[in-house]
Amino acid sequence: MIRFLARRLAGSAVVLLLVSLLTFGLIWLVPGDPTTVLLEASATPEQVGRLRVALGLDKPLPLQMLDWYGRVLSGDLGQSILLNRSVTEALLERLPVTLSIAAISLTLAVMLGVTAGILAALFHNRWPDQIVMSTALFGLSVPDFWLGLVFVVVFALGLGWFPTGGFTPIEQGVMEWARSIALPSLALALTQMGFVARMARASMLDVLNQDFVRTADAKGLSRTYVVLRHGLPNALVPLLTVTGIIAGALLGGTVVIEQVFSIPGVGRLIIGAILSRDFPVIQGGLLFLAVVYLLVNLVVDILYAAVDPRVRLA
Amino acid sequence: MRAADTASARDAASGGAPLLEVVGLTTTLVATGASVLEDIAFTVEAGETLCVVGESGSGKSMLALAIMGLLPPAIRIRRGEIRVHGEDLARLSPAEWRARRGRDLAMIFQEPMTALNPVMRAGAQVAEVLRKRRGMTDDAARGEALRLFERVGIPNARARLSAYPHELSGGLRQRVMIAIALAAEARLLLADEPTTALDVTIQAQILDLLNDLRRERGLGLMLITHDLGVVAEMADRVLVLYAGRMAELAPVAALFDRPMHPYTRALLASIPTSEGPRTRLVAIDGAVPAVGAMPQGCRFRPRCPHADARCEAVPPLVAHEPRHHAACWATAPEDRAS
Ligand SMILES: Nc1ncnc2c1ncn2[C@@H]1O[C@H](COP(=O)(O)OP(=O)(O)OP(=O)(O)O)[C@@H](O)[C@H]1O
Ligand SMILES: [Mg+2]
Repeated sequence: MIRFLARRLAGSAVVLLLVSLLTFGLIWLVPGDPTTVLLEASATPEQVGRLRVALGLDKPLPLQMLDWYGRVLSGDLGQSILLNRSVTEALLERLPVTLSIAAISLTLAVMLGVTAGILAALFHNRWPDQIVMSTALFGLSVPDFWLGLVFVVVFALGLGWFPTGGFTPIEQGVMEWARSIALPSLALALTQMGFVARMARASMLDVLNQDFVRTADAKGLSRTYVVLRHGLPNALVPLLTVTGIIAGALLGGTVVIEQVFSIPGVGRLIIGAILSRDFPVIQGGLLFLAVVYLLVNLVVDILYAAVDPRVRLA
Repeated sequence: MRAADTASARDAASGGAPLLEVVGLTTTLVATGASVLEDIAFTVEAGETLCVVGESGSGKSMLALAIMGLLPPAIRIRRGEIRVHGEDLARLSPAEWRARRGRDLAMIFQEPMTALNPVMRAGAQVAEVLRKRRGMTDDAARGEALRLFERVGIPNARARLSAYPHELSGGLRQRVMIAIALAAEARLLLADEPTTALDVTIQAQILDLLNDLRRERGLGLMLITHDLGVVAEMADRVLVLYAGRMAELAPVAALFDRPMHPYTRALLASIPTSEGPRTRLVAIDGAVPAVGAMPQGCRFRPRCPHADARCEAVPPLVAHEPRHHAACWATAPEDRAS
């Protein structure tokens, strides 16, 4: 078990290193320079030069990178060029917004998706299966931002049940908070739910065909007991991996959906930073998202080992 | 004690009927109606071992699954009776049949690797039968599971209760399967090639165990095997299946001494004579025809050295001696073969 976790941690560290290298390197492949954004077009070359020195952009690339890694490892993601505050501060301030949307849509997608998928498997080729499968196909084929826009038109503009956008912090009222993130969370969840439902159905169908389910049937146990006690735990094992994948997709999804609903989350911060070439924020933000993603998958791995005794040996 | 009580109560209730009596059992593919098993009839008495032999694809597993009520959805019982303790299971609702499984009849499967739930501890897989099927409390079930583990010869039984299947060897897993089959005190035990997946030495141990349990508990054992060596060691009587039909049914000595069906003779001829390793039944040219592609008349006809015009009609199963039946025109007694 310990060895399993140590291996996973080492793997995560390697991924993190690659991601950070990529984040840092990609910036320099992108045309443009923060000084052109920060200064007016009429700025003299001297002004540009001074600013580049101030921002450390004049040093050779490897040195910049070393500087950056040194700071990152001590928890300092640098100073935003535009926002006039530290990147860490800006990220932490927006983190709860993004995390609440991602977590709620993840929970919704997994719980509803798994339930629907398992129902579909139990009623294989009968009407509940067909309803779940066609709904899942719909969810899989519409993009989340489109669904978000439809929700805005129908539930916000049309029915007026929800605000069209913006975010209310939870301190200003739980109901208001819930209403402000309901539509974006739902839009994100629905598009992932189809994927979860299909995987859950396939997994359950596969498990119910296995020999040990027949053994359980040969014991004369009730069908419900066999499905819940023998089928479900085995069907959940591959679904944990799916949850990890979904978590990544949802993190990516929040970036887009925050634009649609003008929600001040990490995604909007990063997109704003990209548009204005606020390099420290871009780097810090991407690195941060990568860390969150790896953490989620580490949790998934731990759950994996908890559910499947065979993994603990591996 | 309890086992004996319920068992004798059942024997009394069934009025001395055999433990298992299969009559005219026919199963077909739902999709095409092609027969998988046709007109199978035999009995298994308490304390008796009936071996079922035949090449791969001859329907041995389907026969066991049909008796358990666990046929795959693609196959259905079309006709016939499956009497256990005198009661025809084939007439019962699925729920009633399920209630008989475990209690009246139990099954051991071929693959101990896949037949146990990989994410459940071995002891729990026995204990759940005791709790759900015999109404034991958790504590009582744990104690009884330990006793069963010890009875089926699992060394270090207490520790093995909390082992997961992947932590056990194939032989130990099969012992766990046997413990599961014993747990609800069924008198009829169906074993589908229980030793095929195991090492030779382990095979012998498992067969000894089954034999001891049969004697000790008066079990009726229907043992499916590829291995005529196993038949010679274990069987009281033998049922030879070919392509879903009965080829021959006879006491073991009569079958080995005077095989009446050309297929049985071919099987016997395929046993290696020297002290070589036991081999699968492969020494006959050709293969069992597939379901839905059966030849007219005798199904062994295309592979049979004695086939003639009569064999285009289905040969009836006729008695050569009081308990020795075979289905072949060529060897049938004169008065029946006309
Ligand atoms: N799920 C299924 N659906 C349709 N046909 C099946 C199914 N399972 C088995 N059959 C067919 O039933 C026939 C009998 O198969 P069965 O498994 O009983 O053979 P067997 O004698 O047990 O062979 P083996 O020695 O290989 O275990 C075969 O022709 C097989 O193709
Ligand atoms: Mg078989």
